[in-house]
Amino acid sequence: MSTAAVDYTREAPLVEGRPRASEIDAAVSAPIDQSPPRGWWIAFSVTVSMLTFGAFCVGITLYEGLGVWGVNQPVSWGFDIVNFVFWVGIGHAGTLISAILFLMRQRWRTGIARFAEAMTIFAVMCAGIFPILHTGRPWLSLYLTPYPNQHGLWINFTSPLIWDVFAVSTYFTVSLVFWYMGLIPDLATLRDRTTSKVKKVIYSTFSLGWRHSNRHWQHYERAYLILAGFATPLVLSVHTIVSFDFAVSVIPGWHTTIFPPYFVAGAVFSGFAIVQNVLVVIRSIFNLKHIITLDHLEKMNKVMILTGSMVGYAYGMEFFIAWYGGSPFEQFVFLNRALGPYAWAYWTMISCNVILPQLFWFKKIRRSVPAMFIIGIFVNIGMWFERFVIVVTSLHRDFLPSSWGMYVPTMYDVGILIGSFGLFFTLILLFIRALPVVSISEIKAVVEGAQPHHD
Amino acid sequence: MTKNPLYAITALFDSPDAILHAAEEVAKAGYTKFDVNTPYPIHGMDSAMRLKRSRMGFFALGFGLLGTISAVSLMTWVTLVEYPLVIGGKPFWSWPAFVPIAFELTVLLASVLSVAAMIVIYFKFPNTGHPLHDTPYMKRVSSDMFGIHIQATDPRFDEKKIRESFSRLGAKHIEAVHYDLDSAEERPKIFDLKFIGVLFVTTLVAVSVTYVSYNKILYMVPFNWMSDQAKLKAQKPSDLFKDGIGMRTPVAGTVARGFLPYPYKGRPDDAAKYLSNPLLPSKEVFARGKAKFLTFCSPCHGNFGRGDSRLQGQFPSPPTLHSDKVRKWPDGSIYHVITEGQNIMPSYAGQLSSDDRWAVIRYIRVLQRAQNAREADLR
Repeated sequence: MSTAAVDYTREAPLVEGRPRASEIDAAVSAPIDQSPPRGWWIAFSVTVSMLTFGAFCVGITLYEGLGVWGVNQPVSWGFDIVNFVFWVGIGHAGTLISAILFLMRQRWRTGIARFAEAMTIFAVMCAGIFPILHTGRPWLSLYLTPYPNQHGLWINFTSPLIWDVFAVSTYFTVSLVFWYMGLIPDLATLRDRTTSKVKKVIYSTFSLGWRHSNRHWQHYERAYLILAGFATPLVLSVHTIVSFDFAVSVIPGWHTTIFPPYFVAGAVFSGFAIVQNVLVVIRSIFNLKHIITLDHLEKMNKVMILTGSMVGYAYGMEFFIAWYGGSPFEQFVFLNRALGPYAWAYWTMISCNVILPQLFWFKKIRRSVPAMFIIGIFVNIGMWFERFVIVVTSLHRDFLPSSWGMYVPTMYDVGILIGSFGLFFTLILLFIRALPVVSISEIKAVVEGAQPHHD
Repeated sequence: MTKNPLYAITALFDSPDAILHAAEEVAKAGYTKFDVNTPYPIHGMDSAMRLKRSRMGFFALGFGLLGTISAVSLMTWVTLVEYPLVIGGKPFWSWPAFVPIAFELTVLLASVLSVAAMIVIYFKFPNTGHPLHDTPYMKRVSSDMFGIHIQATDPRFDEKKIRESFSRLGAKHIEAVHYDLDSAEERPKIFDLKFIGVLFVTTLVAVSVTYVSYNKILYMVPFNWMSDQAKLKAQKPSDLFKDGIGMRTPVAGTVARGFLPYPYKGRPDDAAKYLSNPLLPSKEVFARGKAKFLTFCSPCHGNFGRGDSRLQGQFPSPPTLHSDKVRKWPDGSIYHVITEGQNIMPSYAGQLSSDDRWAVIRYIRVLQRAQNAREADLR
């Protein structure tokens, strides 16, 4: 694992040490079969406490109404939209790893794809909480869908917010199907391994009777390819449409055409940071270092330096266009971002997203687990602040100085954000205990010597 | 076990090369009802088994087109026919705004329905009762071995020959798999007490939850359509004021609009002298006076003012309004009586506004003239 030993002239082995298939089974199902270590319980109690606090804040919000939040005129979109965009962005790394890298024949994705897909699903669940709560009466969410009703009303199909409903729900459903489809062969393997009667029933039910038959594998592989082909434009469309929520309006600082690519790059950036963070923890706790290798983490860091530079370019380009476009309102918004009352948020964003990831140009830092872990955390902080800067600074001072104001989140805003992190990590901890975190069948297929020689 | 019919002969191999070779040989020998079971897909196996190309792509194309067409037609119908709205000054059918939803629905149906079709049509899943399940063969191909099996229904099936060729190809383990009819007979009965119990409890829970939701929860905060709000409501208590009453009593001396204080209290002569009817006789005034008279006056005075009370002696009947005395009264006197009351008649100032009273007087005059018509009126 030393830096000098890396030879970039040949492809690194995807799985270290050439384990036998039965050893892969044992390694991947170990977290499921064994009772969890002490650290898992500590982590679980922390995340469940966070989740409980979030649930309390949600309950108060439902009972008292949205007045307990910090949103008001002129900043009517606050933490809720910031968190929504943040979580949807986190989800994008999963689909990128599982679908786009699959289409690009990046076989190193096999070790991390399952986990990243699960994170996609959990992140989209967290994201969904916020706009639904912001509607004020979440139990009436059915009104967001087009259905024939006695009021004779239909939704406005030309509204970006409705596009969002379709994009995010489609994204969630397709990610879930993609993930579940990948799980079927692994569930069958677990079914045939387990000695517990209850688990056997559960695995048998969810593996649907998979027999590892090649007549099935043939269609399965084709369908997986097709699904990857659909998921790729889908993931790009989702954050594009999320950016339309802003770009289609006429608020200075939002009304820009750079938003779709800028948002997608930012989404992948933050998503890779959190996937990298969580994988660093998982591989050391559950002894999966030979399957989730340092090479995987290094490749993710390379993606982060690319996407981080893309968002950095976008930040610069926004300023350039504000000056070049000549709109005084646009110019004011950007100067206000960098020098106004929320300048601290802006400079947090710049240092975490643009400056800090540049350290990954050094191979030593790129391959150092503690360093990449810390940078990953800062990238997530920076990307959260990016959404905060976009949402709040554009709204708090717009065209009319008489309607300027400040946005201060309340305890409930912060509480629901903490609760969403609690939900995310609780689901991850349960996922680790319940399902294989690495795709067993895909890993077996990429071990050296797993495929015929064709000689 | 042996009485169960044979399903297939299975053979396990320990390397991907061996299984690929075995599959080629079995296909070459002309078997059709055989299958390979491997823990992961082996490259080149499809051509070795001489399988036709998967048609999954056509499914995806079909379902995707279904998604596009249904999304575009729904949006077209809604925006052009069912619910046309001008939004942002754009045309009703502004197609660029339809692209995102059309795209999302295409992807949704193409992915979800294709996978569903694959699972149901190609795999014939869910099927957990297949004879290969729970065999040592399945447990090995699930993990680290590569298996091939030829079904007994294959036209060229010959158990001895197959066993020989498998061992010649280098199989590590050969085994016959039979149908498991014994466990197949253990189907759950529909009139099982447990099943009916579960059904009963489920019904009970569903009914109770529905009842409580519709009759209780929907009337609780926050689900009660914001009917409970921190605002003042007439006739309701309020914490805002010290006296705990939501409505305020007006400041002393406040005069309500349209309700000037009556200046001739206890002075009927002044009322007769100074008051005159501000309403000119007209169809509207007569109609208004008639409506008010019939509502407020007729119970005692009778529909025509003859003093024929409808109250059947529960309340003393008043004298007729057609007496000479009343006919000769100026309007001001009648107004004074309505406003102040007379004998046991109470004041009607609370029920009838000032204009109402004057309109009622106009109507009384009509009644008086109608009851005592002169010859000239008949012409």
